[in-house]
Amino acid sequence: MIISEQKPKEEILEMLKGKKRVFIVGCAACATKCQTGGEDEVKEMKKVLQKEGKKITGTIVLDTPCDERIMKKDLSFLPALKNSDSLLIMACGVGLQTIGKLIDRPLVPALNPLFAGTTERIGRYYEYCSLCGDCLLDKFEGLCPLTRCAKGLLNGPCGGARDGKCEVNPAPARRSGVNDEIDCVWALIYEKTKEPLKAYYEPRDYKKILMPGRRVVR
Amino acid sequence: MSRFSERLKSKKFIITCEIFPPKGTDLTNLLKKAKALKGIVDGVNVTDSQRAIMRISPLAVCHILKEKGLEPIFQLICRDRNRIALQSDLLGASALGIENILILSGDHPTIGDHPEAKPVYDLDPVQLLKTARVLEKGVDLAGRRLKGTPKFCLGAVANPSFEPLELQVLMMEKKVRAGAEFFQTQPIFALRTFKDFQKKVSKLEAKVIISIFLLKSLKLAQLMDEIGLKIPKEYLKRLEKAEDPLKEGMNIAVDLIKEIKNECDGVHLMALGKEEYIPEILKRANL
Ligand code: SF4
Ligand code: SF4
Repeated sequence: MIISEQKPKEEILEMLKGKKRVFIVGCAACATKCQTGGEDEVKEMKKVLQKEGKKITGTIVLDTPCDERIMKKDLSFLPALKNSDSLLIMACGVGLQTIGKLIDRPLVPALNPLFAGTTERIGRYYEYCSLCGDCLLDKFEGLCPLTRCAKGLLNGPCGGARDGKCEVNPAPARRSGVNDEIDCVWALIYEKTKEPLKAYYEPRDYKKILMPGRRVVR
Repeated sequence: MSRFSERLKSKKFIITCEIFPPKGTDLTNLLKKAKALKGIVDGVNVTDSQRAIMRISPLAVCHILKEKGLEPIFQLICRDRNRIALQSDLLGASALGIENILILSGDHPTIGDHPEAKPVYDLDPVQLLKTARVLEKGVDLAGRRLKGTPKFCLGAVANPSFEPLELQVLMMEKKVRAGAEFFQTQPIFALRTFKDFQKKVSKLEAKVIISIFLLKSLKLAQLMDEIGLKIPKEYLKRLEKAEDPLKEGMNIAVDLIKEIKNECDGVHLMALGKEEYIPEILKRANL
């Protein structure tokens, strides 16, 4: 799922400067699972903003703000928007922009989306896939070097790992605010198989994931 | 064929060292150090914004060193350029007569002075070695014909202190298959590390040049130990007791070179800004 974190309160208030009547939108999917934009967080945000003197014109937690069809089914909150001067979106950037297609109001992002990751437990998320458009997991015993090696090295490790930990520690650990070191994925791969160290892997085809990505089947 | 390449092909002992390009355009100091090295070493590595600290282009410095009669080894890393820029720089190097290229992944930006920079790593070192060999066939990675074909002498890096060592050796074999003719290693300090490593790489079809690091102070030695380079306790003690730690560091380097020189293809001296002492170290080690 899309792992996200909440922006600092000060930044949110700065973006809402001059806005008086705020409608808050949460997300019942990823942002709920991450506890950054679910029912509880929306409620909490409402309290915070009220304390700052904002009028909250309404709140809603949409099933999947990233899916236009589902959004269209649930536009019951539209009337409340008439007297709102902005929407605070507690969903990822995909959610915000999808909402933007249907609603013509200033939208303010409350979250920083981070990566596609796995949840070990609440507050412990790890990026496992960088959506490369050509999955190679069969070749690496189900461990993605493209994503889980800090340099995305496909043909084997750099010389920098120590005790199985990546040379770029502790920078990413600092970034995530969690003081645990990330593993060198090549140490993990090597534990399972030596084959990828003998084979050669061609440079990746980045044309497969050119920005902006699109898939139009019908 | 470059002078360095000829040396690699001979049975002779190889001596290289490295110079760090400065941050800025003033090369006075660098050229002073380079002058002291002329005729003493077989090749001078010019690092590519090492430790991810932004510095002047190594290609420019290589060119200037070559003009001054030194034999440069251009370090080309994967961190900052995509495959278009990498091929472009390889061709540029060749046009400047710079054939010796050391290919490495490059320290991650987060450890350097521009931690906000976008890491590239479009090609990995193995892919980049192969790419250089493709260019030598007169085509580029896209299969398009080149006007004028480059020729390279390609090297890669290895870490003798890496655990498990077998993983490093597998990597080295892969790099040889991709086109590496020589390796320059991370520094070794413990003889045990050297012996274990040498046993495993002696059959490799590439020259392995072992790095010797000038421990110019106790503090530096402790730092190196902390980052996993296994400095023997004895050396730490010697540096601690020494009246002149730099001198003691040189003694240690000389001792190490003497110990290993008959069992390896060459040494690479890392003097960290004290390059002017390299001639003395080599002389005392009877090289
Ligand atoms: S190879 Fe890695 S990045 Fe690509 S799709 Fe598979 S898991 Fe994702
Ligand atoms: S230490 Fe391992 S994970 Fe980190 S950059 Fe090197 S190979 Fe990749």
